[in-house]
Amino acid sequence: MDPKTLLQNFINGLSLGSLYALIAIGYTMVYGILRLINFAHGDIFMMAVYFALFFVTLAQLPWYLAAVFAIACAALLGFTVDRIAYKPIRSAPRISALITAIGVSFFLESLAVVVFSGIPRSFRTVFPQSLNEMIIIGGEMEVKYGKEVIIGGIRFPVISLITLIVAAIALVFLWWFIFKTKVGMAMRAVSLDIQTTSLMGVNVDRVIGMTFALGSALAAIGGILWAIRYPQVWPYMGFIPGMKAFVAAVFGGIGSVPGAVLGGLILGITEVMMVGIMPSAAGYRDAFAFFILIIILSIKPSGLLGKQEAVKV
Amino acid sequence: MKQRTKTSLTLIALPLIALLLFLSQELLNSYYSRIITLIGIYGIMAVSLTLVNGISGVFSLGHAGFIALGAYTSALLTLSPKQKEMTFLIEKLIWPLNSIQIPFFWATLIAGLVAAIFAFFIGWPSLRLTGDYFAIATLGFSEIIRIFALNLNSITNGALGLKALPDHTNVWWAWGWLLVTVACVMSLSYSSFGRALRAIREDRVAAQAMGINVFKHQLMAFVVGGFFAGISGSLYGHWLSTIDPRTNTFGILLTFNVLIMIVLGGLGSITGAIIGGALFAFLSEWLRFLEGPMNLFGFKIMGMSGMRMLVFSGLFVIIMIFWPRGLMGRKEFSWEGLVSLFRRGDKR
Amino acid sequence: MRKLFVILLVVFLSVSALASIKVGAILPMTGGVAAFGQMIWQGVELANELFPGVLGEEIEIILLDNNSDKVQAVNTARRAIEQEGVVAIIGQVISSNTIAGGTVAEENGVAMVSPSSTNPLVTQDKKYVSRVCFSDPFQGVAAALLAFNNMGAENVAVFVDVEQDYAVGFANYFKETALELGGSVFYEYYKSGDQDFTAQVSDAISKGAGAFFIPGYYQEIALIAIQARQLGFYDPIIAGDGAAVPETIEIGGDAVNGLYFTTHYDAGSPALTENAKLFVEAYTAKYGEAPGTFTALGFDTYLVVRDAIERAGSTDREAIAKAVRETKDFPAVTGIITIDENGDAIKSVAIVKIENGKFVYDTTINP
Repeated sequence: MDPKTLLQNFINGLSLGSLYALIAIGYTMVYGILRLINFAHGDIFMMAVYFALFFVTLAQLPWYLAAVFAIACAALLGFTVDRIAYKPIRSAPRISALITAIGVSFFLESLAVVVFSGIPRSFRTVFPQSLNEMIIIGGEMEVKYGKEVIIGGIRFPVISLITLIVAAIALVFLWWFIFKTKVGMAMRAVSLDIQTTSLMGVNVDRVIGMTFALGSALAAIGGILWAIRYPQVWPYMGFIPGMKAFVAAVFGGIGSVPGAVLGGLILGITEVMMVGIMPSAAGYRDAFAFFILIIILSIKPSGLLGKQEAVKV
Repeated sequence: MKQRTKTSLTLIALPLIALLLFLSQELLNSYYSRIITLIGIYGIMAVSLTLVNGISGVFSLGHAGFIALGAYTSALLTLSPKQKEMTFLIEKLIWPLNSIQIPFFWATLIAGLVAAIFAFFIGWPSLRLTGDYFAIATLGFSEIIRIFALNLNSITNGALGLKALPDHTNVWWAWGWLLVTVACVMSLSYSSFGRALRAIREDRVAAQAMGINVFKHQLMAFVVGGFFAGISGSLYGHWLSTIDPRTNTFGILLTFNVLIMIVLGGLGSITGAIIGGALFAFLSEWLRFLEGPMNLFGFKIMGMSGMRMLVFSGLFVIIMIFWPRGLMGRKEFSWEGLVSLFRRGDKR
Repeated sequence: MRKLFVILLVVFLSVSALASIKVGAILPMTGGVAAFGQMIWQGVELANELFPGVLGEEIEIILLDNNSDKVQAVNTARRAIEQEGVVAIIGQVISSNTIAGGTVAEENGVAMVSPSSTNPLVTQDKKYVSRVCFSDPFQGVAAALLAFNNMGAENVAVFVDVEQDYAVGFANYFKETALELGGSVFYEYYKSGDQDFTAQVSDAISKGAGAFFIPGYYQEIALIAIQARQLGFYDPIIAGDGAAVPETIEIGGDAVNGLYFTTHYDAGSPALTENAKLFVEAYTAKYGEAPGTFTALGFDTYLVVRDAIERAGSTDREAIAKAVRETKDFPAVTGIITIDENGDAIKSVAIVKIENGKFVYDTTINP
């Protein structure tokens, strides 16, 4: 592969990885506080995109309002799912929670199939197309597909730059929220010991609900950005990105938000590079992510930036 | 109830069941009789998963992978060389597979063994992980198996899959193997091995303190579960008559379906698993009416496609929340239980 | 109380079946290729409205959804034949499903006519499975002619969907003809459901591709086109009949303008028969826009099946199956249909171009 393609593929991977990173943040947050792998995370991502689609096409809202409403609805959805499905089994063994999460995931997907029909829809007209234009890094003179910034020849979509920025903002925001606010402190307390926290007078259910709402909002943002980049909306669109985001979160250290971002970026880059270097192995692409997951789990389950936890007997 | 009475009852029940199966094949049309066969196959899938998830408490999401392994292994062994020649269009099948053809029984057995071997090598690193991580790891392996099947054109024929599998599976093979599976799993379950598994399920650390080698026990259970999953895969493949590595056939959807079966029937109960399998098979077909145009009191109501899965997953979540014990809870079918069911009418 | 309702429901459902001639329609109404299924259903429905009867009785269409899935393809075929007792089946849509369901049809001696399955294995060595569309060996030739002769490309990157029989077969036929014409091709791979193709596109660009050929389904075609344009590939993109649905334009937008594809029919092509005119008029009256390829194919399949029943003169499955194979010079919408002894129809390939967000008819390649 020539250097230009190599660099282009690196950038391609960065673009994909930025999306994984954003979705991974939500995943890792919920897991860090609740020790629950929320399989339905990817499906809330999917629902948020449908919400945004309908706010624009049916309610005729301008795109920025539609996005805000979609995120709010997704947060509400996450909160509701927790209330209905996860709260009743809070005290049950973890396996039950996991199985229920899978059930909720399939339920949301089936619901989407029935209500929205299984045919992929287009997201292209929902958001201004200027977001999908490419920044051309390098000396190029043609002006064929949108505006460019001329510094090179490598193409990097504007939306990916936006995703990176949003991920960075989310990082900072979460850091502030979890460490500098009372609610954040309550969340940290819940992650350590639910029972004692409730004894301290904290409304544990509300805190957990808020955690889900926040995580779902992040998933929603990730979803909308994903749909802008890959403008195809269908009920199962959240499954694979959700899984890969989970792999990224584990890779970076489950429970660690910066870890999730790091994990997401690295996963995206390695995935694209793998296909770039071995084009005939493109079919193994998804297996690659799982493969990485298993290796990480075997060697260092706490991930890159996570900490080893002692299990109290 | 005396042991002798129980044994005689079981010995009477078995031929009775065989008679019922025989009648089902003679009297029902092929559509229904095939469903009866399918129930047998689902039963094996469910019981093998119950051993792992229910009795050992080890949450595996990789069942579809073992089923797929079983299906492919047995298919490659039962197809005739000429059929293989015709089916493998992208790349030729490797030697010696392209010239072997062996009888169904041995193919199924080998399928189970292959799945068991994979289960061993998958379980070995994965069982060091705790609950959630193990689940994801097994899910990962199951997907890896499927994706490899999709791409290894010279072994599995890739996306084209294997077609025209000989129609070996019938009621007798399916229910016969089900009997074997139930006998095996039950005897394991009621032995000291089974008790150890349950101890591990209830409290892993306490079990370890009691001197039980947690890892060995769980691995054994996982391998046995994998073996029977492979057997079910072989039967399933020959029931379908065409297998391919797509998500719907051998992907997470299949694992989820088996999960539905054992949750419906009762997580941890072998009888429950079989009942769950039967219920699932019936509901799958019966609920089809929700999806097509319905003639209701003369009005035409357009059904909505995808309703079946919605109902299933909705049911699943509802059961998990309100009725996590499922139908049987952890209880098994017993002659005493059956008798007491009738007797309860007497006692007031 | 609820149980009673359920029982009543079931009784009503079974009793409500009227005496009529039942024809099954097994289509993917949900799942990955639902777009095709739904369009074909539109065509079948329309045809049923315009020609509701045959041999003095009403034709009842029993629609079964195979969920774009092979296993369901088999199950629904069985259900249609054994439960519903249909005399013939319209279906299924994508080749892999028709092949799977076809084995059931062969077993039971029921005619299955596919509107759109193009893979040769669908009808090979079969007596009861036929199709009203062309098959891929020919489509592959047409696509290659389009790429190398009409568009003058030299080195073509073929994007193969490893998860679909259709794509793999189609790509092979394209390659064969390409090599005969003296051109060169190389493959890039992907899987159905993939969304990021940047690595494959970058690779194709670095290998100096003069054109892209995508013998897959519309979701991926649209996304590949978008990413290709984004990464600076402005040369021709060609696709097969998988692109012949409006979703391609909806998802692809600007990026698919200038995309050419091979297909069965376009409303813009000169109407050859009475049925063709009737179809376009009726469809436009009902839906307010021009009909698409797959709708036309669905319409034609219904007509062919109905015609076969008429010629057979009875509802005997064997007779109908035989009559289907004897279809000769039937004036359908997508052309004059003759079904040969293999079950294949000799049809022409229409080349359609996407221009300004619309399908525009370009030319026809004849066998």
